[in-house]
Amino acid sequence: MPTRVLVPTGALGITFDRVALARGVAAKPHIIAVDGGSTDSGPFSLGSGTSKYSRAATKSEWRDLMVARAHAGVSLVIGTSGTCGTDATVDWMFEITRELAAELGQHLKVARLYCSQPPTHIAKALADGRITPLSPAPEISAKALGAMSNIVALAGAEQVQAALATGADIVIAGRTTDTAIISALPLARGEHAGAAWHGAKIGECGALCTTNPTGGVILLEFDRQGFTVEPLVEDACCTPHSVSAHMLYENSDPFILYEPGGYLDVTEARYEPLDARRVRVTGSRWVPSRYTVKLEGATLAGYQTSILAVLRDPHYVTHAQQWVDELHAYLVCQIAQRMGLHADAYSLEFRLIGMNSALGAMESRRGDPVEVGLLGLITAQTAETAEEIGKLVNPYVLHYPLTKDEELPTFAFPYSPAQSERGPVYEFALNHVMELNHPMQAFRLDVSEVGHA
Amino acid sequence: MPRLGDRVLKVRSKNAGPFWVTIDVFCGSAEVFEQVRHELRTEAVAALFQQPTQLVKRFDIADLNVIKFSFPRPVVQGARTDRDMHGAQWAILLAELDVRR
Repeated sequence: MPTRVLVPTGALGITFDRVALARGVAAKPHIIAVDGGSTDSGPFSLGSGTSKYSRAATKSEWRDLMVARAHAGVSLVIGTSGTCGTDATVDWMFEITRELAAELGQHLKVARLYCSQPPTHIAKALADGRITPLSPAPEISAKALGAMSNIVALAGAEQVQAALATGADIVIAGRTTDTAIISALPLARGEHAGAAWHGAKIGECGALCTTNPTGGVILLEFDRQGFTVEPLVEDACCTPHSVSAHMLYENSDPFILYEPGGYLDVTEARYEPLDARRVRVTGSRWVPSRYTVKLEGATLAGYQTSILAVLRDPHYVTHAQQWVDELHAYLVCQIAQRMGLHADAYSLEFRLIGMNSALGAMESRRGDPVEVGLLGLITAQTAETAEEIGKLVNPYVLHYPLTKDEELPTFAFPYSPAQSERGPVYEFALNHVMELNHPMQAFRLDVSEVGHA
Repeated sequence: MPRLGDRVLKVRSKNAGPFWVTIDVFCGSAEVFEQVRHELRTEAVAALFQQPTQLVKRFDIADLNVIKFSFPRPVVQGARTDRDMHGAQWAILLAELDVRR
């Protein structure tokens, strides 16, 4: 029996086509699976344990998916809830679900899959030799692990299957691999393992594998030999090219994909058009190996204050690099003199917008900009220090002259005050895998009933 | 100057997780793919991004007429000195590379 997986969108929170979703429900899927997260936007979500998308956008889209689930009469699963998939964002998503169940008059069994890892457990695994660095990986120690604000392990198909096996109507999962929420049910039903993972990778970004990436909704059908992918937005098509090219996307290796318990090899995969809209894929291979899960962690890197000014005076625009180098050296002295802070106790970095702010030293072009923006980034161990440095540098950023004998210049500040507090900033601190004796060793399930009886 | 971006369909880049960046050159046809794969040297790409050549993984994918390069991010995504959170502007450097026929 084939297994159909309905994927409404590549990420909950960026909307999808409601007509296409209804078409998907009419196609009688066995499960609806949606991704709720990504590391795309940087370390802040994981560091702070918060969602990057608004609660209102998340709730309105989740409402439509909960209604679609009720019509389809199947399970609805979300992976990497709340962008980062920490326990806190799983609970955030659970609270939204509970509100919606009450508002929609639904009575539901909800399984929560928790993926956060206590630093002490990871330190123990490190001491036991169960942690392996990937390339490249930051150095870690028990101390470094203890300093991380959040650590998650990426669940695979087995943990999602365990959550589905509770009979849950809705599974709210913490950090999972992008593919696991899609591959879990086809694998549990005995479909072709290579096809289950390959189809999951093709479908994990929703309609990005079609000719109309904005529509979102796709249907994947898995069987014993392969899988078929079909877009559900009216004017979208899947072609062998649009489908196979998706293996390139955000993948350092377009043929191999590592997952908990093995890897997918698509070197021999064949992509054939079934008709103008659908593509059939066979020949993908799943290669089992030892059971490891990937770890993600974030560490507080300090507190930041930024400052923005604009140079329009052509004399300063022409000499912007020289000006900013001299300004920087002068400010380091001022901060040392007035605050008693040595340069290694904080970071003050200036970037010239209009010259090389996106690419830095790699920039190969020199232009002739009308104006140059000066972005100053101040990072310190406390928010107070960063703010104090921001206030100290403010008048110099406004008035610093290129030469001693000229009248003080005054550059354009776009708002008042020119410096802004950015709060805590984080950095990714783990690129490792952890070996497990059994898949649920590092994960927890919690099942509860919500809504009207 | 014959810039790569003027000869191919598209050059795009993106993070492949926080620790890697990957760049795809969509040549658009078998003919352009055959030309570009010979002219675009891995050493030149490594130099452009100021990386040691041995760190750059290269895939010439004839089925897709795509040449793909992946290498570890010199600055981890979102670290204090990172300038491009998604790594998507890196492609422009390669698109602007002068590739002589």
